[in-house]
Amino acid sequence: MNGKLEIRDLHVSVEDKPVLKGVDLTVKPGEVHALMGPNATGKSTLAYALMGHPRYTITQGEVVFNGENLLDKDPAERSRAGLFLAFQYPVAIPGVSVANFLRTAINAHRRALDPEYKGIPVPEFRTLLKQKMDLLEMPYEFAGRYLNDGFSGGEKKRAEILQLATLEPTVAILDETDSGLDIDALRIVSEGVNAVAGPNLGILIITHYQRILNYIKPEFVHIMLNGRIVESGGSDLAKQLEAQGYAWVREKHGEAVSEA
Amino acid sequence: MTKSSVKRKFTQKKLSEVAPEFPFTLEDVTNLSERLGEPAWLRERRLSAWQAHSQLPMPSMQDEAWRRSDIRKLPSDRLALKPAEDVSLDPNLLAPLGGEDCGGRLVLRPGLPSQSTGGTELSEHGVVFCDWATAVREHERLLREHLGSVVRESEAKFAALAAGLMQEGALIYVPPGVKLESPLHTIIWAPGSGGLVATRLMVIVDQNAELTLVHETGSPLQPQGEAVYAGMVELHVGEGAKLSFVELQHWGEHVWNFTHERARLESNARIEWVFGAVGSRFTKTYADLDLDGEGAEGRMAAFYITDGEQHLDHDTQQNHLKPHTTSDLLFKGALRNRSRSVWQGMIYVAPGAQQADGYQMNRNLILSDDARADSIPGLEILADDVRCTHGATVGRLEDEPIFYLMTRGLERETAERLMIDGFFTPILERIPLEDLRVRTKAMLHRKLNELTSHG
Ligand SMILES: Nc1ncnc2c1ncn2[C@@H]1O[C@H](COP(=O)(O)OP(=O)(O)O)[C@@H](O)[C@H]1O
Ligand SMILES: [Mg+2]
Repeated sequence: MNGKLEIRDLHVSVEDKPVLKGVDLTVKPGEVHALMGPNATGKSTLAYALMGHPRYTITQGEVVFNGENLLDKDPAERSRAGLFLAFQYPVAIPGVSVANFLRTAINAHRRALDPEYKGIPVPEFRTLLKQKMDLLEMPYEFAGRYLNDGFSGGEKKRAEILQLATLEPTVAILDETDSGLDIDALRIVSEGVNAVAGPNLGILIITHYQRILNYIKPEFVHIMLNGRIVESGGSDLAKQLEAQGYAWVREKHGEAVSEA
Repeated sequence: MTKSSVKRKFTQKKLSEVAPEFPFTLEDVTNLSERLGEPAWLRERRLSAWQAHSQLPMPSMQDEAWRRSDIRKLPSDRLALKPAEDVSLDPNLLAPLGGEDCGGRLVLRPGLPSQSTGGTELSEHGVVFCDWATAVREHERLLREHLGSVVRESEAKFAALAAGLMQEGALIYVPPGVKLESPLHTIIWAPGSGGLVATRLMVIVDQNAELTLVHETGSPLQPQGEAVYAGMVELHVGEGAKLSFVELQHWGEHVWNFTHERARLESNARIEWVFGAVGSRFTKTYADLDLDGEGAEGRMAAFYITDGEQHLDHDTQQNHLKPHTTSDLLFKGALRNRSRSVWQGMIYVAPGAQQADGYQMNRNLILSDDARADSIPGLEILADDVRCTHGATVGRLEDEPIFYLMTRGLERETAERLMIDGFFTPILERIPLEDLRVRTKAMLHRKLNELTSHG
C-alpha cells in the first residue's frame, strides 16, 4: 500500500466520442494537486474514468494505484483500495439515511479486509459519526436525512466531505466541491478537507475557479484543455489563471489542441 | 394413484375457459354452522351467502377486474373443507410488537382450537376481542348489528364463499371513547394443503375510540400441495374514532389467496392502513376505503415483493362519499423472476362530496426481465370542487445511484439491496410499532435474500 496514483497516457471516450486524449498525472500521498481548466475540457471525465464509471471507456493508457492496475477493478474495489471521489453532482438515494448508508459503507470496507467482520458496533459508529459531523459543523439530525434527497447544493457537498472523512481514503478527488457554496459553506468544507489532509492522503482538487485554493493550498497546479494537461506548475499558476483567465492558455495551446 | 400422477393427469387436461366451481353443498354450510354452535339467523345468513356464491359466475379474464389475473388453474374442484394442520406457528410471528407491546393476541387456526393471550385489561374497558365461537356464544348482539354491514356477503363470488363457509373468525369491538394504548394482534395460521380455509375479521371501533390492530395471515410453504384461502375483513370506524391497521400476508407459495376488505369511516374518523404482502402463489385482494362521513380521512400504504411464479393482484378503491374527506394511497412493489403484480386503483368522488382530497400512487421496481407489473390508476369524479391526483410508475433500479454507492465500496448486490430498502422505507415508516417495523423489515430482507439467491 504505497498510496501512489499514476495516470499514464490515458485516453477516454464517452459514447464513442474521445474526451481525454492522453493524460499523464501522478499523485503521491501527502501531495495536494489542483486540476483546473475551462468547462467541458474533460476534468469530470477523468474523475469518473478513475472511479470506473461504466459509460467512460478507456481506449488507451494505464492507471496504477498502489502498484496495481486500477483499471481492471470495479468501482467498489477501487473505493476499498483507497480511492475516493467527491462528486460534482452527488446522486440522491431516497429512503436511505446518511447514517445507514455510512454504516453500510464502513462495513463494506472492513469486510473486504476481514470477511468475518460482524459490522461496526453501534457505540463505535455513533462516536465516529459525531466526530466527523462536528468536523463539518453538521447538525446531528442530518444523519437521519435521506442521502442527498432534497439536500441543498451546499448540503450535498458537505455530505460528500463527510463521506471522505469517514472512509479515510489514500487518494481523494474533489470534483468542483466549491461550486454552489457560499463563503461560509466554502470555509467549512475546506476546513473539513484540511482536517483530513495529511501525509497519508493525496488530494486532487478539480475546479475552474481559484477561490477554493485560498483555503486548500495546492503544491501542484495543472491546466487541462480539450482533454489534455497542457500546463503544470506550482501554486503561482493558479494565481496567474485568476489574474489573466484562460485566454493565454488557449492561445498558447490552441494549435496543439485543434490538431488532436 | 400417487400424488404426482394425479397432478400430471390434471395438467394434461385442457384448461377450460373458467375455473371449476367449488364442490361444496348447502349441507356442508349447515354442518359447519351447527358445529360452530350458530343460532338459526346466522345459519340463514350463511345459506343465503352460499346461494349467492352458487349463483354468481366464476370470475374470468372476461371480467374487467380479472382481466390480468388468470385463475383457470384454481384447484377449486379438488378441495376439501378441512381443519388447519397442527403445525406450530412461525415463532417470528410471536415476537414483541413494540410500544406498549401486545394488549392481547389471538391465534386462529381454522378447525382447531384458537389460542389467546392477554386481554384481562380489555374486558375492564368493555373491549371485545375473541374468536368466532366466543363471538357466537357471547356477543350475538354485536354480530347481528354489524355482520356484513361493511362488506356485503353477496357482493362477490369470493366474499360469498368466505361468508358461507367460514370456519373461524375474530370479533373486535372497542366501546365509545376507549383508547387502547397497547396493540391487539390477530394471526390466522392455516398450514396444510388440499383444503379451503375461510375466515372473517370484524372490527368495530366505536365513537372516539382508538385501536391499533396487527392482523397477519400465513402458513408454512407446502411445495407439493395447493390450498385456497378466502377472507373477509370488515373495519367499521365510528365517528371521531381512529384505527391503525397493519396487515401482513405471508402465505406459503402454494396458497391461492382471495380477500375482500373494506373500511367504512364515519365523520372525522381516521384509518392508517399499512399492508404488506410477500406470500401466496396467487392473490386477489379487494381493499376499499369508504369515506362515509364528513372529515373522514384514510391513508393506505402497501408493499409487496414477489418472485418465482407469484401473481399478486391488489384492487383498491378510495370512495369519497361525503364532503371534506381525504384519502392517500401509496402502494409499492418489487418483482423478480417471472412474477407478476397488478394494481388497479380507483378514486371515486360521489356527487356532492365537495372538497374531497384524494391521492394515489403506485410504484413498481422490476428486478428481472421476465417480471411484469401492471399499474392501472383511475379516477371517477362526480363532484366539481375536489382535488385528486394520481400516478403510477414501473421502472428498474437506475445505474447512476448504483455507481455512486459502489464508489463508496459497496458491492453491486449491496448497493442494489440498499436502494430497494430505501424504496420501501416510506411504507415501513408508516408502521406505528417499533419492534413490528423491525420484524417487517427483516421479513422483507428474508424475501429479498431469497430473491438474490435464486434471482
Ligand atoms: N456522460 C456523458 N455523456 C455525454 N457526454 C459527456 C458525458 N460526460 C462528459 N461528456 C462530454 O465530455 C466533455 C467533457 O466533459 P466533462 O468531463 O464533464 O468536462 P469538465 O468537467 O471539464 O467540465 C464534454 O464535451 C461533455 O459533453
Ligand atoms: Mg466537471
